[in-house]
Amino acid sequence: MSDFYHHEQDLDRFRHRIFIAGGAVLLAFALLLSRFVYLQVVQHEYFSTRAESNRISLVPVVPNRGNIVDRNGIVLARNYSAFTLEITPAKTRGLEETIDDLAQVVEIEVKDRRRFKRLLEESKNFESIPIRTRLSDEEVARFTAQRYRFPGVEVKARLFRQYPAASLASHAIGYISRINLKDKAFIEESDQAANYKGTEQIGKTGVEAHYEFELHGKTGYEQVEVDAGGRAVRILSQTPPVPGNNLTLTLDSTLQGVAEQAFGKRRGSLAAIDPSNGAVLALVSSPAFDPNLFVDGIRFDDWDELNNNPDKPMLNRAIYSTHPPGSTFKPLMSLAALSQGKRTPNQAIADPGYFNFGNRRFMDDKVGGHGSVDMYKSVVVSCNTYYYTLANDMGIDNIARFMSQLGLGRRTEIDIPGEATGILPSPEWKAQRFKKREHQKWYAGETISVGIGQGYNAYSTLHMAHALGNVVNYGQVFRPHLVKNIKDPSGREIRTIEPEPARQIELKREHVDFIKRAMAGVVKEGTGARAFAGAAYESGGKTGTAQVFSLKGGRYVEGQVKERLRDHSWYVAFAPVDQPRIVLAVMVENGGFGAQSAAPIARQVFDYYLTGKLPGGPAPESDAPDDAEEVSDESH
Amino acid sequence: MNHIKRLCVATFSHIDLPLLLIVSALMGLGLLTVYSATSSDGFGKLDNQLINMAVSMVLMLLVARTPPQTLMRYAVPLYLIGVVLLLGVTLFGIVVNGSRRWLSLGFVRIQPSEIMKIAMPLMLAWYFHKHEALLKARHFATAALILAVPILLILKQPDLGTSLLVGAAGFFVIFFAGLPWKVIFGLSAAAGAALPFAWTLLHDYQRRRVLTLLDPSSDPLGAGYHIIQSTIAIGSGGLFGKGWLNGSQTHLEFIPEKHTDFIFAVFSEEWGLLGNGILLLLFTLLIARGLMIAAAAGTLFARLLAGSITLVLFIYAFVNMGMVSGILPVVGVPLPFISYGGTALVMLMLGIGILMSIHTHRMLVQK
Repeated sequence: MSDFYHHEQDLDRFRHRIFIAGGAVLLAFALLLSRFVYLQVVQHEYFSTRAESNRISLVPVVPNRGNIVDRNGIVLARNYSAFTLEITPAKTRGLEETIDDLAQVVEIEVKDRRRFKRLLEESKNFESIPIRTRLSDEEVARFTAQRYRFPGVEVKARLFRQYPAASLASHAIGYISRINLKDKAFIEESDQAANYKGTEQIGKTGVEAHYEFELHGKTGYEQVEVDAGGRAVRILSQTPPVPGNNLTLTLDSTLQGVAEQAFGKRRGSLAAIDPSNGAVLALVSSPAFDPNLFVDGIRFDDWDELNNNPDKPMLNRAIYSTHPPGSTFKPLMSLAALSQGKRTPNQAIADPGYFNFGNRRFMDDKVGGHGSVDMYKSVVVSCNTYYYTLANDMGIDNIARFMSQLGLGRRTEIDIPGEATGILPSPEWKAQRFKKREHQKWYAGETISVGIGQGYNAYSTLHMAHALGNVVNYGQVFRPHLVKNIKDPSGREIRTIEPEPARQIELKREHVDFIKRAMAGVVKEGTGARAFAGAAYESGGKTGTAQVFSLKGGRYVEGQVKERLRDHSWYVAFAPVDQPRIVLAVMVENGGFGAQSAAPIARQVFDYYLTGKLPGGPAPESDAPDDAEEVSDESH
Repeated sequence: MNHIKRLCVATFSHIDLPLLLIVSALMGLGLLTVYSATSSDGFGKLDNQLINMAVSMVLMLLVARTPPQTLMRYAVPLYLIGVVLLLGVTLFGIVVNGSRRWLSLGFVRIQPSEIMKIAMPLMLAWYFHKHEALLKARHFATAALILAVPILLILKQPDLGTSLLVGAAGFFVIFFAGLPWKVIFGLSAAAGAALPFAWTLLHDYQRRRVLTLLDPSSDPLGAGYHIIQSTIAIGSGGLFGKGWLNGSQTHLEFIPEKHTDFIFAVFSEEWGLLGNGILLLLFTLLIARGLMIAAAAGTLFARLLAGSITLVLFIYAFVNMGMVSGILPVVGVPLPFISYGGTALVMLMLGIGILMSIHTHRMLVQK
């Protein structure tokens, strides 16, 4: 009985608990249901948006970069399409292992790895970095078959920049390379960040850099459905990109080639300008480099070689290297004297071979002097003594004022980056340049060195060509420019770099004509005569020598000085004399005196430009100075 | 021929039709969802799951025709074997993903904690049945010990999900056996008080799961990713869902473990609130049927076993849907009859088989 009672009681309790359990289950399921209602009804819109934004990704479509052609339409920069293998480090399971595994599928050389490592350092973790470029079709197929093994690795079809003429005009054209942090900041400052989404490369130097935003084009977008791994599944909509504009350069690539070849293996630079409009016809910096090396991220050893080469091929000498112009300064001094009324052409001095100033004696390089020297003769024979006295008479302020007008000691505003201002010495300049008070004072003796283009004077070949161009153009100043016009992708010209004169210098026509005649004299009977013997046109020129090494109290004997300490050889010229179509300045580093190295290069360039004659090889070096070649120094 | 016919009749007479219908409906939904979740990889998973279902269905039928008295005889040996194997795991187990859960028996690898899911309620139900009508405090204490040993061994592996399920299975037996309410409340209070202490015992990843639950956005690409993506899937499903095979979260691979533990997100995204309602209804019916069987069962053993098995089904469903919808921490519990996977399905169907056995044998016992 009690057993039964117990049993009934237990059963009751059990059934009671079953009820409670059932109630708890219903309660719990009600909780779940309310959660579902909250997520699927109340928050439905929010989660729909989240799912959509998960699903849809805006993928930028990078536009084709504009091409660059020379004035005759010869292509200097274009694009071609190739496959690259790229890794997004953040998405891989382990970078080293991934690369090791990849190496078994496609060939990956040590230099590829090194380049990757370098690019990795300057990129963010979620950026896609190429490990291999220019995959063959077979390699693409091999990788694609095993793609599932490599999360974070993708084959991408990319456009590559190609410079078909390799190193030709490399300093003028420049190159493009991967966007680094500095470029990124620049893009953001220029308010171009949106347009550069997906763009990986940017112009670093030359025209490629200056006209970056013209060349780049407008980035398009694709709305794509992506999976959680970020891989595109299908395209939903498209906004096509607009290709960049094409540039036509003022450069004549054959002329450029002639000029570069004329340098041979010598270091130096040349700037050739059409004085009537400022168009740059040739811009040489020797040695040059191959911009193709930079395009897909320069390899370590290539970079190392370019960087450590003592000849500094990356340096754009034509616009950045400045040196004293030596005697090429003298025609400009003469023009200053005429313009400021300090000399007439016929006023002559008696040259004893030296000029005494205080207790110092400035030497002419011709022992015993040139005798009676007027302005014409001073240019033709490059008489130092004439310019010592002239500088002393004019004073530094007058010299600086005039030369500044001609465009020296300031940027020419050429349309490529990296231009030097040069140094036009003056008391103000010196006061700014030096910190210590005792260094800031201008000494009258310094004016005398400035008069023959030595001392603190420092200009690039572009400066000198520009200044001479301004002179032979009777004071009408054109901004030197490398780009002639900009065309849209359909070939319609949208902008011409107009040959609008930038300003006008007050010069008297007869003064300019006199200087032109004197410089023609240099070629006919002076220091340039040997280099231009037999030329089919009339040109004007002036040789010059920039000192590298000051031989205190001694005479400069070329053979006794090491190659790197030899003087720099200058030549400035224009042709034809009547209606100049080309002005140029050449400088050969350690080339000795001006007529020796620089003038023969100018001869080859003129010959081609004016008569179409192609030279057989690098310009020859004259072995002996013409009579009256100048080498000068302020000697005691 | 006659022999086979008799065998058939003997077998099918032990089927409980309501249970079979409910479970079949759930499995049907499961197949659709597994197909959707794995269609990008071909039919391999679907085929496997069909085989799993067939095998577990056969096992269910075999268990269903086995009388509860026979089942009771397996209780102690099964439990002891389970404990020994769990000890074996702690000593010689194979470490997979940082947990020591598997034991290699040379020809096959087994996960002894799975055995415990059945062995535990069997053992405790047998124990209380043996001491029926004489239950005193010490019996509950012994029962607690029987429960604690395997739980601790499983916790040590560590496997939070399984120890939870085994613990629940055992606790429900004790609860139905009549554990006094004051003890239940007292233990709950004590557990609450011990929570901070238990926190320090948790493994790092377990703690992270709890913290992530509280704020999934604290680690959107790490531990919180699963929950964020699964709630997006559920929420974006809306009232009627995106339609079968049309879940973007699923098919664009945003949902992790989408055919196993997180399959509910796939289902919910494609079938919406309507589908969820149907699913909840099916589970409710299943549990209701289980509880009815428990209430009608003839012996204490059968009652306790049926009650426990039923509530464990509930725990499975609740914990899984709760974690996928972001109200419970992520523990490795599949959605019963829906998630892909053979072992879990076999264990669940053994449970269903036991329920059927209990129900179809109740008259025999009473006679």
